[in-house]
Amino acid sequence: MTGRKMPTLPFKGLRTGMWLTLKTLFKKPVTVHYPLEKETPVPRARGVIALDTEACTVCMLCARECPDWCIYIEGHKEEQPPAKEGGRVRTRATLDRFDIDYALCMYCGICVEVCPFDALFWSPDFEYSELGISEMMHDKDRLTYWLSTVPDPPKLESN
Amino acid sequence: MNFWLELLIKVGLALAIMLPVALVVIFGELKISAHMQSRVGPYFAGGRWGWAQPLADGLKFMQKEDLVPADADDRVYKLAPYIVLMGTLALYVVIPIGPDAVARDLDLGVFYVLAVSSLSTLGVLMAGWSSANKYSLIGGLRAAAQLIAYELPLVLAVIAVAVQAGSLSLNDIVNAQASFHLFGVESILGRDVTWISSLISPFMILQIVGLVIFLVASLAELSRIPFDMPIAESELTMGYLTEYSGLRFTMFFLGEYAGLVSMAAIAATLFMGGYSFPGVSEDVLNFLGPVILLSKVMFIAFVFIWLRWTFPRLREDQLQTIAWKWLIPAGLINIVATAIFKVAF
Repeated sequence: MTGRKMPTLPFKGLRTGMWLTLKTLFKKPVTVHYPLEKETPVPRARGVIALDTEACTVCMLCARECPDWCIYIEGHKEEQPPAKEGGRVRTRATLDRFDIDYALCMYCGICVEVCPFDALFWSPDFEYSELGISEMMHDKDRLTYWLSTVPDPPKLESN
Repeated sequence: MNFWLELLIKVGLALAIMLPVALVVIFGELKISAHMQSRVGPYFAGGRWGWAQPLADGLKFMQKEDLVPADADDRVYKLAPYIVLMGTLALYVVIPIGPDAVARDLDLGVFYVLAVSSLSTLGVLMAGWSSANKYSLIGGLRAAAQLIAYELPLVLAVIAVAVQAGSLSLNDIVNAQASFHLFGVESILGRDVTWISSLISPFMILQIVGLVIFLVASLAELSRIPFDMPIAESELTMGYLTEYSGLRFTMFFLGEYAGLVSMAAIAATLFMGGYSFPGVSEDVLNFLGPVILLSKVMFIAFVFIWLRWTFPRLREDQLQTIAWKWLIPAGLINIVATAIFKVAF
């Protein structure tokens, strides 16, 4: 048996297409009018990268792993008096500058993955557009502010 | 009245009516296309529904610099948009908008329509040639090939209407439709069928083949999707419009939509009874006529927009195939059939 096509009415594609567009015309559009009404992004959306300055040890791993070099880190060593008289001076790395250039960032999240001290987090906040490309560089304070928008991590599994 | 004063008033009136209608069609295109794609389209311009979007677009175009390419044929390049716009606006002269309201009731109205409507092709070809751009040139030549191919079915469809109405004057064609009987048949099987003929008086029913041919061919004449090979963006950037900017581009743009309205008006006049409506007397038509015609025009414009946002662009050979292998033979058969019916009854 050869599969012979059943004869159909002519212009089937034409009719189907016209009917589809006509149906869609009278449906409610899916548009969300952004500035007036907002969609809530899912909790773990990759909106922006937040920084926990307390946890950061200026190890530079994130800056080195970043594929497009959008992280700027500067730090210095702070010396603290030795614990015992005549002992060695203790040092502590202090973060001076932690900027992310969001004009360059491609939201790959490698920095978040690579951070050994859990200082970087994904935040679902997405409203940080600027009028100029040079203003997309966000500093430590802004990144720390975003830490407050980071959702709590998912609960550990029991047992 | 002074001849020149009268002329000025008529021209002013035509522009005052037709350009807003073209703007309305542009707005309709924006909105309908958006909703067909589950979007909302313009939303903020002008407050409600974004009604001022076409005006905002026009103002934006006017602010742009009027560029002329260094190698362009200066005069031809600058003249082309005017010819396109004039070609479409000149059509409004013969379209009757009421029993006594027509700018100029030519005996050869249909002939004039067909002649003038191909004038804008010349403008397109001029634009393509003078731009000194390969895309423009190919676009212009494609437009010429397309318009030659589709001028024929357009004419053939109109001839059948002229045969049936027995006149080339648009006003007479409208009258023929308003007072038309089923080829003079008054009764079928002893029953009075004049009421049927009053319902189906427009040629829309009897010339359905002609109407379809006319609509398809006028889509191609207007080079709208699915027949927009002359400006196919994916291949030719913007075709003959590539080098145009600013006010001249606006004129092409307006010309396109004014052309759509004029083609729709002609289709409405030839096939859908123009300003007449079954059961409306002639006294009322002088006032209601323009409204009736406008609503018919808007309906056809909607169909054009609907088709545009449903179908992808055709290939160049498919375009020629449709014209030469399908529309022209169908048009010829339509003429023969119409003539036989006309003679037989």
